[in-house]
Amino acid sequence: MADAAELDKDVKKYVGQPIERVEDDILLMGRAQFSDHLPTRAGTLHAAILRSPHAHAEIVSIDTSRAEKMPGVACVMTGEDVKEMSESFLIVLRQPINQWALAVGKVRYVGEPVALVVARDRYLAEDAANEIDVEYRVMQAAVDQEDAIADGAPIVHEAVGSNVVSTREFSYGDPDKAFAEADRVVSLVTRYPRNSQTPLEGFVVTADYHDGEDLYDVASNYQGPFTSHPVMSMALRVKNSQLRMRTPQWSGGGFGVKVQIFPYVVLICLASKKTGRPVKWVEDKLEHLSAAAAAPNRLTKIEAAVMKDGTVTAFRFDQQDDYGAFLRAPMPGPLYRMHGILTGAYDIKNLAVTNRVVMTNKCPSAMVRGFGGPQMYYAIERMMQRVAVELGMDPLDVIRKNLVPAGVFPYRAAAGALLDSGDYPVAIERAVNEGRLEELKKKRDAKRAEGKLYGIGYAAIVEPAQSNMGYLSNILPRDERARNPKGGAVANATVNVDPLGTVSVTADSIPQGQGHMTILSQIVADVLGLTPDHIKVNLDFDTAKDAWSIATGNYSSRFSSATAVACQKAAEKVRAKLSRIASQSLNVPPDQLDFVGGKIVDRNNTENAINFYRAAGSAHWTPGNLPEEMEPCVRETGSWSPPELESPNELDQINTSLTYGFVFDYCGVEIDPDTGEVCIDDYVTMHDSGTLLNPLVANGQVHGAFAWAVGCALYEEFVYNEDGAFMTGTFADYLCPTSWEVPEPKILHMESPSMVTPLGAKGIGEGNCMSTPVCLANAVADAIGAADLTLPLTPAKVAALIHGDESAAPAEKAQPAETKPGHKLAGSGETLVPASRADVWNTLLDPEALAAVIPGCHALDRVADNAYKAEVSLGVGPVRGRFHADVALSDMTEPQSATLSGGVIGPLGAAQGTGHVRLDEDGEGTKVSYDYEIELSGKVASVGGRMLEGATRALVNQFFERLVAQVGGEKGGSKGLLGGLFGKRDK
Amino acid sequence: MKPISFDYLKAGSTEEAVAALADGGDDARIIAGGMSLVPMLNFRLVEPSILIDISKIAGNNYIREDGGMVEVGCATRQAQLEKWDGLAEKLPLLAAAIPFIGHYQTRARGTVCGSLSHADPSSELPLSLATLGGEVVLTSKSGQRRLSADAFQTGMLSTAKRADEIVTAARYPVREKGAGYAFTEMAQRRGDFAIVALAGVATGSKIRLGIGGVADRPTVREWDVLDGSALDDALNEFAWDLGGYDDIHATARYRRELVRRLGKRVIEEAKSCRS
Repeated sequence: MADAAELDKDVKKYVGQPIERVEDDILLMGRAQFSDHLPTRAGTLHAAILRSPHAHAEIVSIDTSRAEKMPGVACVMTGEDVKEMSESFLIVLRQPINQWALAVGKVRYVGEPVALVVARDRYLAEDAANEIDVEYRVMQAAVDQEDAIADGAPIVHEAVGSNVVSTREFSYGDPDKAFAEADRVVSLVTRYPRNSQTPLEGFVVTADYHDGEDLYDVASNYQGPFTSHPVMSMALRVKNSQLRMRTPQWSGGGFGVKVQIFPYVVLICLASKKTGRPVKWVEDKLEHLSAAAAAPNRLTKIEAAVMKDGTVTAFRFDQQDDYGAFLRAPMPGPLYRMHGILTGAYDIKNLAVTNRVVMTNKCPSAMVRGFGGPQMYYAIERMMQRVAVELGMDPLDVIRKNLVPAGVFPYRAAAGALLDSGDYPVAIERAVNEGRLEELKKKRDAKRAEGKLYGIGYAAIVEPAQSNMGYLSNILPRDERARNPKGGAVANATVNVDPLGTVSVTADSIPQGQGHMTILSQIVADVLGLTPDHIKVNLDFDTAKDAWSIATGNYSSRFSSATAVACQKAAEKVRAKLSRIASQSLNVPPDQLDFVGGKIVDRNNTENAINFYRAAGSAHWTPGNLPEEMEPCVRETGSWSPPELESPNELDQINTSLTYGFVFDYCGVEIDPDTGEVCIDDYVTMHDSGTLLNPLVANGQVHGAFAWAVGCALYEEFVYNEDGAFMTGTFADYLCPTSWEVPEPKILHMESPSMVTPLGAKGIGEGNCMSTPVCLANAVADAIGAADLTLPLTPAKVAALIHGDESAAPAEKAQPAETKPGHKLAGSGETLVPASRADVWNTLLDPEALAAVIPGCHALDRVADNAYKAEVSLGVGPVRGRFHADVALSDMTEPQSATLSGGVIGPLGAAQGTGHVRLDEDGEGTKVSYDYEIELSGKVASVGGRMLEGATRALVNQFFERLVAQVGGEKGGSKGLLGGLFGKRDK
Repeated sequence: MKPISFDYLKAGSTEEAVAALADGGDDARIIAGGMSLVPMLNFRLVEPSILIDISKIAGNNYIREDGGMVEVGCATRQAQLEKWDGLAEKLPLLAAAIPFIGHYQTRARGTVCGSLSHADPSSELPLSLATLGGEVVLTSKSGQRRLSADAFQTGMLSTAKRADEIVTAARYPVREKGAGYAFTEMAQRRGDFAIVALAGVATGSKIRLGIGGVADRPTVREWDVLDGSALDDALNEFAWDLGGYDDIHATARYRRELVRRLGKRVIEEAKSCRS
């Protein structure tokens, strides 16, 4: 007979083992059934969305009549229809910021849905969308967040009256005293860009309205948090139970972004109700990049009170988040989710914070992996590097000096986070040794001796996981939040054992590819003495059938500290029940039983055992023999909410998350002195995420977060030009790093089990999103000695910091005027037309002649004196689009000069422009001088990026070529020659 | 992101293709690899009445030497040229340039002539053709003509090809004896459109530099062999003549800077490759 200790040793524990993910083959070999693959009911219709080409414009009229008459079109909906059928979406703030699923009254960002077409298939729906005529009155846009809060800025929501929709101030400790007593105050302004971890799979919604039940049945890839479920049901004017949300267990990635599917869920539900048929909508990539979601860009003004020895005694933050055009739940989360740990990994007692929520004419911001962490740590860790530079210290010494020390856990941070476990100094020393920092320093010195630009960067951060559902309450005044206190974070999972003893698991995690099936099978296998391949995990989710709560969903790295714990609790309930059943047949007390190798075994006599399946089966086959008062069947649900997640207290302290891991990164980068390219030479990342449930899965999370973080640091940004046109509508302009660009980081782990979760595990999927961008920036700062660095650190940006003044143009050459990217397209030039000035003048004024000059003009009508409407098809090379044009001539000084202004709009986008034309006699001909300024927006600006300037010039040239042909072409016969000159003379 | 409805013809011969093109009018389009055209179709930037697919015309899938030129047929994929045995020997500039074209997946479908027809100002194949002084063969119902690279590419996405013509072959000059060749480009990621692409040729008496991505078409300049500050001055003048433009990825100034700095690297590399 084996004794207990020996038996324990033999029991193989699966939790903690690097078991390969059961998901991988299915996901990587294309065997998964993704949302778009889900079967739909016969007769399902398909939707296409017409979107705004303008950043800010009043909707004057929408004419859907042509579209409605097209074959195969079932219905066309506009904002007015949606407003009639639904309520505006609930938001956290008490502000009159109304948003429906389609724009009502005006558009507030490029890509905002304006109309919905439902047709027999997507092709027909897109054909019809192109036939909707929307008349806009274009308004000035609030684009840059600093401009948007200046006096006189265009207002995004007039009813609010300001683009600052929330300002809150917080103070902890005595920051004023700390700053007064500091040896030095270090200040820094950081700007964190808009970006998103763009999933391979976009949004998919199929909605089926069941008239008889007044029920919306929705299949979509909604990832939660289910805080937005009531937002949807209230918008649809139904009870929660009348909105059934089903999500498949296979996903092409979420990264937080997929919570933003909710306005589309409502929109497609309304379309199904209106048509009486199921309606399906699949988001395309242009829609995703322009209108799905972006992490808010943040402006941070940070100050540190610093003592001579490098001790930081206080931080003062002024944080302004740009949430774009609307506040969609759970916004403004990124500003508050990190609130409890605004002091990062540091033992800083004094803290002052001002938080501002700013609205602009950009895509509404949303949940994106990292959720406020990347922005916050960019400011904090850049600050620590600056403190080191200003004090002449080693940056790592400044980090060490200020760390939360060992042995103080649980540690209450100034703003309320309860840091649960860790040993930050030891984690750093291990990383320094195991990652070979000294060698890296020697390499840097050797490279610098050769004249190379080489730098080392560091970042130490605390990674939060499992958000407190009360974290956003801090945005409300104390008395208001006291009336309706929020906190906690409930998780649910269910373990079921069927009549043959087969175990299945369901849970509230809505996985997005992280390996949840694998880990849940490991946990349940350990509790029940089975092997993981005996545990069937099914993570399809159905709100009509599965246990869910407000915190349900896949976000805030909540799986390992929430769902996994609920699953363990459910498995333990099953074990307790089966122990009682087995105890009856084995005649020993339940607590003397072990679950080992598919058997339930008497610890003191291993031959006294019963098969697991037999014990479970008796709950199905012979319920009459069960212990007294025991219910039949074996199906147990575990629910869990940690007590540490309290509502904010009267000092505004809040424990924003349940667990706090520690991440310490350092890296070496080399910069090409000619191109400004940043090459990541070496990268070490140390994680203490508590107990690792599966080291392979943990490393996968680190790899994924790191890869995106490299993108954030060096490549990715959603760019708007100064008019609010969206410029990064394809992956040729929104640059995600590929495997070529992402080096293999050296991943190190240490395990300080969390004391607040039964499994001891913390989150690990977001740490590098927070640490890596700033670590790389610090390395670049070290390499080139720059203080002011804004991500992404593109080659052109870095080159501008290292190249110094440009070599002058040779004396005889005119230097072109400097322009800045993102500004209006502008140009000027001159050309000789072999005709008299009067002829040229008359051509510009004669509608018929003008029609012949405007490229691709089909019909031109004079609508008033010197005002015309035209149908034109414009293009360059094979690219061509149909547009309505409005052109007016003004400031006319016959026959000398005039101003042409107007706009075009069509399915490819819109343009507004002004041009000045001046005619001077020149020998026998006329010299035509011109300059122009054009704003482009909509699809062509979003996808045409690098071609826009050239294409605009080409169109202007076409105009003048035609002018030449029209006024003197035949006679002069010199069109080709002159045409060739235009390109050169245009500058 | 769905194209408009259009007809599709898989041409069995050049004759069939040019006849269909002549019948199809202004909105007929040729498709071969589709690596540029298909995304433009899906964005509805291009709305053809008919697509005429020339990629399956067996007689147009060839690489052969002819009169000091390497001629590549219009059904020949970029990957075929990349793997052609004679590439390093006959077309060293292309051997250096082709790995920069997109990704191996796109090179497996994209054709050499398709890239020339598309006339993207940043593309490697048009730049190489311009730098080497190659030519294209244009075929229509009424016959064939040849145009030099310089005469062919007239601007951004624009060529001298008439609407009824197909680029049926590209002709790249075989390496000059003793000359050295080099190619590089700056793109943010591997396979991206070049911010600046540079092709260099050095002979005993001349140096030549072709630049893509800065003007609206590849631009080539030739000098007597220059070194040191004379080369710097020549490159500076070239950079200012090209001017450059701003987009979200780079400024005009950055583009000029790359012409100066990488131009020097490419010319020095070409010089060092002379035999």
